[in-house]
Amino acid sequence: MSGAFQSSRSPLLTTYALLVYAFLYFPIAVLVVYSFNGSGVGGFPPSAWTLDWYRQLFADSALWDAVLTSAIVAAVAVGISLGLGLPAALALDRAQFPGKALFRRLVLLPLILPGIITGLSLQMLFVGVGMKLSLFTVILGHGTALISVATTEIFAGLQKMDRAQEEASLDLGANHWKTFWRITFPNLQVSLIAAALLIFTLSLDEIAVTFFLFGRDNTLPLEIWSRLRRGITPEINAISTLILLFSIGTILFWYRLRTRAQATGEVQAATALLPSTLEGESS
Amino acid sequence: MYSRAYKAGVTIPPLLWVTLFLLVPYAILFCYSFWSVSSLQVVLHNWNLQNYAQLFRNPLYLTVLLRSIRIAGAVTLLALLLGYPLAYYLSFHAAKRKDLLYQLVIIPLWASYLVRGYAWKTILGSDGVLNGFLQYLHITHRPVEFFLYSPFAVILTLTHIYTPFTFLPIYASLEHVPRNLVEASHDLGASPFSTFLHVILPLSLPGILAGATFAFVLTLGDFLAPLLVGGPSGIMISNIVVSLFGAAYNWPLGAAISFCMLLLVVTLLFVTERLEKRFTIS
Repeated sequence: MSGAFQSSRSPLLTTYALLVYAFLYFPIAVLVVYSFNGSGVGGFPPSAWTLDWYRQLFADSALWDAVLTSAIVAAVAVGISLGLGLPAALALDRAQFPGKALFRRLVLLPLILPGIITGLSLQMLFVGVGMKLSLFTVILGHGTALISVATTEIFAGLQKMDRAQEEASLDLGANHWKTFWRITFPNLQVSLIAAALLIFTLSLDEIAVTFFLFGRDNTLPLEIWSRLRRGITPEINAISTLILLFSIGTILFWYRLRTRAQATGEVQAATALLPSTLEGESS
Repeated sequence: MYSRAYKAGVTIPPLLWVTLFLLVPYAILFCYSFWSVSSLQVVLHNWNLQNYAQLFRNPLYLTVLLRSIRIAGAVTLLALLLGYPLAYYLSFHAAKRKDLLYQLVIIPLWASYLVRGYAWKTILGSDGVLNGFLQYLHITHRPVEFFLYSPFAVILTLTHIYTPFTFLPIYASLEHVPRNLVEASHDLGASPFSTFLHVILPLSLPGILAGATFAFVLTLGDFLAPLLVGGPSGIMISNIVVSLFGAAYNWPLGAAISFCMLLLVVTLLFVTERLEKRFTIS
């Protein structure tokens, strides 16, 4: 680190950075403030502070049904994406096979591909084989799209793992199965928990893929979406505030886990999103 | 060190799954794009290129496609203008507060898309916060209607949503810039601006490319923000796809448009990856 460079002050750049933060947080702040506003969603200044919208929200059973639906979808999606993302990460890290580059690209594509394409091509598959759209198809969609997140998270964990422990275990006569459960799995535990948290949050918020795959039951984002079309009330601000609080909590927890799991967690977290980084590290 | 059985065991299940649920659906999409719909709304498997021809001949689709590309371009540019200086500030000037400031960027990155889109709707609406504020200050005397339901609203909302996505790879590439090169440039008498232009900027090009790709592709595929804040003048190409899969019921044409988007995404990723390799020092 260059001491001279680090300490060089740049008030202009600092101001600019502050303005960008203001831009990023301004809508969030407005949303939260107006969830306590007695006189509706808009208008200025907000007046008549109230908790009525939260009271209304807690009595709204349709909304809580949607919360439950979303929680179920997210929990099963976590299972699917970890169950397939873990072997996919191991395969990318350790196996050589024809078509590996294609496999890597395919697994990671949903990270960058707009949800609409994944959603409607899955819809075509399900309808084509005569499946009725339901919660089950939503779960398959979330699980499939989020394998990409599981794979990047777990792959990053594998890169930091000390391979010698596994080697020693195998040399000392333990088979692959035993080595996996005694050595590999415990080493990856923090990565797995971090991945699960992130996938759960992303699934809870997912709307583009869900839009094409849902049947009768609304997930929480779809329920909010259908209410937005009927007109907006501060009750939506209230549920949005709760969703934000939940996301912020899990994101910060995820970040802490990730930083602890990896020495250079900060940059790792930043680069894991890039498909090309995965290639660079694996070659 | 790992046996054949182990390698097969970890490779085959995910390989089968992504083949069935990603590769096969994309292939179905591809096939559909060459079929057509009869007047009775039955899909006919008569292979032809009409859908693709229609996409480029029908002025409605072409107008919306060009508008979508313009909007995506604007969002990309704005996200870079906001994201790059922020990433630069964090990487080179934030010192001890770096970790905290980084967390402050990833919170909006992962926080709910719908919630953030909704927030802009409440700000820009004719009874919204912005109009309320302007009237409170007596700058305007009646609600300004064009804030919401315009391409401007779509650009603003999507810039807000995708700036953190753009920031992330740029920040990662700036963190990888060898600090001794920066120091050497200073020691040899280059001004901070010259150092930035000749050392830091070229080395962060991979990040800029990746960030720009994120913003462009995700904006082009977005159909929710136009519905939420765009109105009729903010309709984008993905909204046409949604309507073709819904009320308009023309899956083959919708598939053709989607396949073009898929092709564009894959091409952009390929080009970005190539350029990244060229610009990355090993």
